[in-house]
Amino acid sequence: MTTLTEAAHIAAETPKPARPPRRRITLSARARASLLIGYILLIALALIYIYPFLISIAGSFKTDADATQNPLSLIPQTWSNAAYERLFTTVPLLQWTANSAFITVIVTCGRVFFDSLAGYALSRLRFRGRGIVFAGVIAVMAVPNVVLLIPRFLILKELGLYNSFGGMILPLIIDAGGIFIMKQFFESIPVSVEEAARIDGAGVFRTFWTVVLPMARPALITLFILSFQGSWNEFSHFVISRQSADLNTLTTGVASLTSGELGNGNQYPLQLAAAVLMSIPVAVIFFIFQKRIMNTTDGGEKG
Amino acid sequence: MAKGIRGSEGRYGWAFITPAIVIIGLFLVIPIFLALYVSFSNWNGLGSPIGNSSLVGGENYSRVLIEPGLAQRDFGTSIRNNFYYVLLVVPLQTALALFLAVQVNRRILRGRGFFRTAFYFPSVTSSVAITTIFIFLFTASGAVNSILGWFGVNGPNWFADPSGIIHNALAGIGITSPPAALDVPGLLGITWWEWLSGPSVAMCVLIILAIFTTSGTFMLIFLAALQNISGEIDEAAMVDGAGAVRKFFSVTLPMVKPALFTVLTLGLIGTWQVFDQIYLTGKGAPGKTLLTPAFLAYDTSFKGLNWGEGAAISFILFLIIVGLTLLQRFVLRDRDLGKAGVRRARKADIRFHELAKEGANK
Repeated sequence: MTTLTEAAHIAAETPKPARPPRRRITLSARARASLLIGYILLIALALIYIYPFLISIAGSFKTDADATQNPLSLIPQTWSNAAYERLFTTVPLLQWTANSAFITVIVTCGRVFFDSLAGYALSRLRFRGRGIVFAGVIAVMAVPNVVLLIPRFLILKELGLYNSFGGMILPLIIDAGGIFIMKQFFESIPVSVEEAARIDGAGVFRTFWTVVLPMARPALITLFILSFQGSWNEFSHFVISRQSADLNTLTTGVASLTSGELGNGNQYPLQLAAAVLMSIPVAVIFFIFQKRIMNTTDGGEKG
Repeated sequence: MAKGIRGSEGRYGWAFITPAIVIIGLFLVIPIFLALYVSFSNWNGLGSPIGNSSLVGGENYSRVLIEPGLAQRDFGTSIRNNFYYVLLVVPLQTALALFLAVQVNRRILRGRGFFRTAFYFPSVTSSVAITTIFIFLFTASGAVNSILGWFGVNGPNWFADPSGIIHNALAGIGITSPPAALDVPGLLGITWWEWLSGPSVAMCVLIILAIFTTSGTFMLIFLAALQNISGEIDEAAMVDGAGAVRKFFSVTLPMVKPALFTVLTLGLIGTWQVFDQIYLTGKGAPGKTLLTPAFLAYDTSFKGLNWGEGAAISFILFLIIVGLTLLQRFVLRDRDLGKAGVRRARKADIRFHELAKEGANK
């Protein structure tokens, strides 16, 4: 299994010669025209992808009337902080943010730690029943998330965890996908290093903690990004695992704004301001790790 | 000595894996069986399902699937809506993602990093934020209709428009009422004429939203595959005089086949799970044309308190997703895909499994 994976790795790597120096190619008129069209098309598409975010930021600084009348303009007619003021006074945005942050930190730490433990056990430690457990992990990965909404609500009720942080966090704290990623990664590191540590008398956990885990940094970062994004953006699980307003996260809180549960009439600047604010953390993570996310040649497995 | 190490390995193995087994068992495996029980019971939501309900056989399933009535009609409507959603989203997002990947992979292109970032960024934001933005963009006097106005097009009131686009097209050529042959009850209690409505105008917005948020993620999967194609093959094709179109179909497409397979499967799984957007855009309105099975299951249970029926819908949806995935695997199976190919496809699958799930849920 290990050798095959490695072989596949090498196979995937070999056809990648060093990039030839950029040649000054004299393009034919036709090629130049096609390049130009390509640029225009891509710029137009990029605009379509970015513009919605720009007008949302602009819209959040507009007055209600301005946002309705001039939805396209990037500069508000009169700058207004009213939306942000309301978010921080009448709307409990800070509490939502605190709840989201709390849940995200615990779920992310939990996934990074427990997924690596389980992944390590499945790839390196020989124990009876390992094959069955791994088959179970694969099967669990195939269960679609929305199908779990009602089942999860039922068990949370049964265990008395409904409408508590416990019920919101525990079902998310370990995920089969993360275990799978870690297992695949551990299989790609040579065993020799660990064996040396073991011969030196380090116990299994110490070997894992001080030798193997530091080597798994690329995979850990991938898992961190996925877990952070996943738990910060999680919505449906928090719809079914709580009902009290005190436990609102940013997603469920902003959803209540969007679906108009706080007074009627359009409040687009308010909704847009909330949407903008809640996107900042994931955007920051994205820009910090942009290279890793975008550098598609080496996946989380290599780095 | 050796035996000692092995022995402790076994103990540690179980110790390391136990947290995962407990959490997944408790919050995934057991709940599924509990819900399976509820789907065959008459539980009304009070107390624990065990002890406060009795088994009623397949009653819940038959109310949804067979017995004429509101439950069956709602389910039929939700299947129709989601069917058109899948039918449009999956091919369009796949084609767009592949197109974007091929474009931003061109060596000659400047600013590739910028373009990749621009196309991928919508995939990292939450479904709640992006749906909120889309509701704002698609209001009657919103940004999209303003742009359509430049071209003299009077845009619809998107989210309030329940009319199906195929019905609208037929109305354009003068067919406004169903021919008698189609005005009879069809599958799942709704008439064939209703089945042929096409997605509603409101649903079209969600279709655009899905394409917008997932194309970036899938672009990355294709990009990873494209970067495995050696430059030599590329140049050889050019030297041989293959044009861009020809090169795409005879070199690029066959090379990214495993990635294509991954993207189609993930797309098919993701698009049958639309929930967040429906919750946010008015819970199935207008005219129930945004109702999806995932949302209907939630609504039936949590709002209608018909827990058995809701759970039954969940399991039917589960079967639909599993069934379609297997069907697709069968249809698209590639006999030429060697071991390395399978492995490479699986690698891409692992790398993007979570990312794509995330993206596809939007």
